[in-house]
Amino acid sequence: MDTIDKKLLNLMQNEIPIDKRPFKILSEKLLITENEVLKRVNKLKSEGIIRRIGGIFNSRKIGYTSTLCAAKVPVNKINEVAACINEYCEVTHNYLREDEYNMWFTVITHSQESLNDIIKEIKEKTALSEIMSLPSIKLFKVKVALNFQGDDKND
Amino acid sequence: MIDSLDKKIIRRLQEDISITATPYKEISDELNMTEDELIHKMKTYNETGILKRIGAILYHRKAGFNANAMVVWKIDKEKLDDTGKYMASFLEVSHCYERQPCGSWDYNLYTMIHQRDRESCNKIIENIASAIGTENYKVLYSIKELKKTSMKYFK
Repeated sequence: MDTIDKKLLNLMQNEIPIDKRPFKILSEKLLITENEVLKRVNKLKSEGIIRRIGGIFNSRKIGYTSTLCAAKVPVNKINEVAACINEYCEVTHNYLREDEYNMWFTVITHSQESLNDIIKEIKEKTALSEIMSLPSIKLFKVKVALNFQGDDKND
Repeated sequence: MIDSLDKKIIRRLQEDISITATPYKEISDELNMTEDELIHKMKTYNETGILKRIGAILYHRKAGFNANAMVVWKIDKEKLDDTGKYMASFLEVSHCYERQPCGSWDYNLYTMIHQRDRESCNKIIENIASAIGTENYKVLYSIKELKKTSMKYFK
């Protein structure tokens, strides 16, 4: 990864233009050709640094509801419980974290009712006595960008 | 209101867009609409907030960001708004949410910090903590990503 790749990644995390030639617009910002941008992006994708390029939607505005859940999972049950939880397509993220509450996962569904049902079902299937649901009340910031250059004004 | 054409477009945009000169043209062909129509729709979704952006999602670890800290804070209710905004102003904080406390888990503000290593994460967290003058917080580093996908709406 060179400096141009890093700048490109910073730009692309923040926004790929909605325009007939999106990569051409990015190339102009980087003072390189459109072809070179495409070549670099393809390389970053095949190397696995870029996971996906596509639409990122606001689940609430689409009419979906979500929460963050946390569970205390005994160490010898982690794989089994993770497999059970991850099976739900409504669970989009699941992380093992260093805490008593060691499993943290998000649930997104079309209604509050189905959200409650899923959490209840997971509790039953995993026999975990307690799963906390910590829905967000207020959003102060979401900026998924990993900053490759602290001083980059475009970031 | 989101109609059936919107759902069709959203379903397609949550998949990968191609890394070519005219990616939206390819999608509009697939959906039997013109490129102009599609771009117009996408711009509308963006303006109404349904579509946050078209962007790249990275594999954090492959991109060299090995430390992912979720910091949970206990903040006085009356200071919560100002503190949330203040924390969000840090470049290194990617997410900042107020969340509902749950029983004895009475943390109410959550921040995510991604850095190359724990040392730089800890430094940032200490800076934030001393700036707001609190010791009522806990750092939960992620040990393992068990699942990370994008939500598939309208499937």
